[in-house]
Amino acid sequence: MMDSMNDRRPPITPQLALRVAVVGGLAFVLFGIVFFRLWYLQVLDGDRYLAQAQSNRVRVERVQAPRGAIVDREGRTLVGNRVATLVQLDPEKIPEEEKIAALEWGQRVTARLKKPKGQRGKFGVPIPPVQTPELRERFQRLSKVIGIPVAELQRRTVRQIAQVPYARVTLKADVTGPQSTYIQERIEQFEGVEVGERFLRDYPGKELAAQMVGTTGEISPEQLEDRERYRGVGQGTVIGQSGLEYAYDEFLRGRDGQTRIVVNAQGENRGQGRSRAPVVGRTVRLTLDLKLQKAAEEALGRGIASAAAKGSRAGAFVAMDPRNGHIYAMGSAPTYDPAELARPITDQRYDELFSEDGDKPLFNRATQALYPTGSIFKPITAIAGLQAGLITPATTINDNGCIEVGANKEERCNANEAVHGAVDLPRSLEVSSNIYYYLLGQRLDDVKGEPLQRWARNLGLDRETGIDIRGEAEGRVPDRAWRKRVGEEERKCRVRRKVASCGISDMRPWTFGDNLNLAIGQGDVGATPLQMALAYAMIENGGRVVTPQLAARVEDDQGRELQDLGKPAGKTYDIGDEGLAAVREGLRLAASGPEGTSVDVFEGWPHSRYPVHGKTGTAVIKNVEGEFEQSWYAAYVPDPKKPIVVVATVEKGGYGAAAAAPVVRQIMEQFYFDRIGEFRVGESTTR
Amino acid sequence: MSVAPTVSRRSEPSAAPSRSRPIGLALPFDPILLLAVLGLCVWSLMAIGAASEGDGLADPNTYVKRQALYFAVGGILALVAAFVDYSRLRELKIGLYALLIGIILLVFAFGTVTRGSRLAIQLPFFSFQSSELGKILLVLALAGFVVDRARRLGARDTTARVMLLTLIPAGLVIAQDLGSGLVYIAIGLTMLFLAGTPGRHLTALFALGLTAIALALVAAPAVGVSVLEGYQKERLTSFLQPSDSPGDAGYQQGQSKIAIGSGEKTGRGDRSTQSTLRFLPEDHTDFVFATVGERWGFVGAGFVLSLYALLVWRAIRILTMAKNLFGALIAGGIVAMLLTQVFVNVGMNVGIMPITGIPLPLMTYGGSSVLSMFLAVGLLQSIYAQARASSAMKGRVLGF
Repeated sequence: MMDSMNDRRPPITPQLALRVAVVGGLAFVLFGIVFFRLWYLQVLDGDRYLAQAQSNRVRVERVQAPRGAIVDREGRTLVGNRVATLVQLDPEKIPEEEKIAALEWGQRVTARLKKPKGQRGKFGVPIPPVQTPELRERFQRLSKVIGIPVAELQRRTVRQIAQVPYARVTLKADVTGPQSTYIQERIEQFEGVEVGERFLRDYPGKELAAQMVGTTGEISPEQLEDRERYRGVGQGTVIGQSGLEYAYDEFLRGRDGQTRIVVNAQGENRGQGRSRAPVVGRTVRLTLDLKLQKAAEEALGRGIASAAAKGSRAGAFVAMDPRNGHIYAMGSAPTYDPAELARPITDQRYDELFSEDGDKPLFNRATQALYPTGSIFKPITAIAGLQAGLITPATTINDNGCIEVGANKEERCNANEAVHGAVDLPRSLEVSSNIYYYLLGQRLDDVKGEPLQRWARNLGLDRETGIDIRGEAEGRVPDRAWRKRVGEEERKCRVRRKVASCGISDMRPWTFGDNLNLAIGQGDVGATPLQMALAYAMIENGGRVVTPQLAARVEDDQGRELQDLGKPAGKTYDIGDEGLAAVREGLRLAASGPEGTSVDVFEGWPHSRYPVHGKTGTAVIKNVEGEFEQSWYAAYVPDPKKPIVVVATVEKGGYGAAAAAPVVRQIMEQFYFDRIGEFRVGESTTR
Repeated sequence: MSVAPTVSRRSEPSAAPSRSRPIGLALPFDPILLLAVLGLCVWSLMAIGAASEGDGLADPNTYVKRQALYFAVGGILALVAAFVDYSRLRELKIGLYALLIGIILLVFAFGTVTRGSRLAIQLPFFSFQSSELGKILLVLALAGFVVDRARRLGARDTTARVMLLTLIPAGLVIAQDLGSGLVYIAIGLTMLFLAGTPGRHLTALFALGLTAIALALVAAPAVGVSVLEGYQKERLTSFLQPSDSPGDAGYQQGQSKIAIGSGEKTGRGDRSTQSTLRFLPEDHTDFVFATVGERWGFVGAGFVLSLYALLVWRAIRILTMAKNLFGALIAGGIVAMLLTQVFVNVGMNVGIMPITGIPLPLMTYGGSSVLSMFLAVGLLQSIYAQARASSAMKGRVLGF
């Protein structure tokens, strides 16, 4: 008990008092800090945290709004919706290694497709194997349920990530009820897998008007940033990505609804909150006539088939109202079923649709393909000559079949060196005299201001027509400036790449020979079928530029008009009545005159009732694969009540009368008589 | 500061004038301390009841009932402690210290691992967290050692020995649970400070501490020795960087702040969602204060904090009243323990302190913590009662 002596102490020493005061002061300060912090959190900033707590417990689920329908001028459905059960994979739940492997695969595929065909090797780029055990396990479990092998699931995943890395990967469309129930009941075993009913685009006409309809897809991160176009559109929304779906997306899109679900931290449903119903998209009514569209696509198919021996596989057509640019039918072959792009597709089909060397079914040849036009260009040359004052309708030349042009007396001839004798303007078109247009082209080259090029542009070439779907080709009307520009590009390219030729140009200067070629629609000129339809529409309507359009109006789902999509007519060019009458007369004779180039194609056609004004064209296309003839036919019927302009072209189709003209006749037959007329192949061998 | 011994035997004149003063009002316990403890117990039960909502328990009151049972047992324990003269414990200091080291080592041998840290020994009905009881044992043992060397408090080796005695158990605890280990160190330092250790010793300790921390955090990882476990580092730093992913420490703290903030002035009552929908993790243990903050708002959380302030004030008051240095040091150690735990736990709830698994005294659900706290309260009452008795003998009345 010695120690207890030490332990006895007075109540408090000054030093202890001081130190206790320090501890007490520290306690005071600490409590003060906590109190102040509490005040700050709860009183000053409380409403912010309250809002966070509210949003914490409410999960907002998007309810997909069905897109509006696209219907033809009669209200027949071209694109509708159907409900499909999809099994999808959330890209956020795919391990990073998998995504990197998929993107690398995509890059290698692109690199391979850039190589020339011979150097690609026999096999495609192999799909990388599943990188991570967790994804493989997920696929194995899923495979047992939906009956798709793991390798195939991997292939679909890799392919879709390579295409659009941010979008959900569709592993299977249209799964059965029991399959989806099985997965949904065990969703925790399938991480990142989503089963849900989605509205998918439905195409009752299958490949009908496919390139114009276009595609839909989830909005991309870049698109999301476009706040003007995509105001109020959330992530994951399906929007139009091309064609009409893109052009009229703001109407078709509708507005997604919301279900607010109260959830706990584990995401378990604890009851329904307030909801907003989805708003279905507007209906867009087209100017297209699906019946005509179908008949025209079939007719084009027959035109291509008739030239199959020449290697023909592709073509296009346009049928339009020359008064206002309303398109009755437009098509491009080969085509595809848009529904295919909404589902996982096979390797082979993927290559067919996307690779450079396939027939490119996604490519809309009616608005995107540029071809030399052949003789259907001649009316433009005639108008330029008339306007330049070089000829009158009565100006007559002597056509001996061939002429010698230029200092070195180069000989240029009619097709098959046909001799037409005395040829005035109408007859020049009727028989398609090259001599007439060579002479005119030569004289036009001497006139200041390039009248031939100017009139080609006045009539709609070398610029976009303004049709309501994207991706139009501008086309090309060769002139001095153009030749100089491409020559310069070639020179720079050769210097830069240190090669003998870049293939852009042969670097020769402009000569009158270029103008001769242009006068008959050969050589460097390039135009789309739609541009040629526009030019012929102007001949029909007296020089008024119309804007081609596919959509007529926006309607609600009851068919009531909400907005007229008609576009005002453009400028009118004065072509001169007398001259225009002569050109029209020439075109009429070409389809029905004694020596007309397409008379036999229209044999039996009631010209007195529906006078066809039509011009054949045969463009010579030279490329690495050889020399081919592009078959063209451009025609109109100036019916006061129901006029139409139709242009058709068939790649490697031979002479204009052989493939394109019969297609046009069948389209007109359907248009005026609602019947599939005869497919009469013409004998004319003019170009 | 001069080496003035804090405790000097003052030749005390016998307290003659106190004869006349009656002591009728003097109770054998501190009623304010009792009230504060009872208030916290009631709040604890209310908060645990609220936190149990939405947990999908078979009996929603399971945790409330168990906590009430712990309180009852703890109450008896406190009562026993209050009636025993704590001064006798001084003789047992070596035994107490041995027990302290023993129970901590037991955890190493039989402990179960929770979220990366070994915390408790699983008994059939009870999960025994030795670090909780260890705090009290440390306070008692240290008080004993310090009093033994009361005459040589200015000596360097006194400070060194006391620090060594603190650091051995603290180090062992830190290996399992960083937060509790830091409480041990806070207890040791505070007791040294109150005992009257010269300022330069404390300064030296402070410098040593800083060096040790720098070594542990910077130098050691640089040479490839990891002093802190990965999860410990994450917890310590996460309050600086909020996170969205559940399971992350930053996410927990974010949810805790949302819970407290959303309570605003008067609380969300039955419309509380953070704890009932389980956004708030550990809502009846580490984050029980956030449950209070959400449901009862600033009013409720402030009330609970005030009860702690009351508790700390009473403990400090008892410290000054104690009849001997041993009692004063015990009270001082308890003050350090209370203050550290309240500040670190509430600070973690309101997002100004890192996440460490330190329980909020009396509020947090859990037997070990509750029983240890009641033991501490019992000791405080005992110190109070002894002070009363001794001053009564001396004829002095100690007011409160």
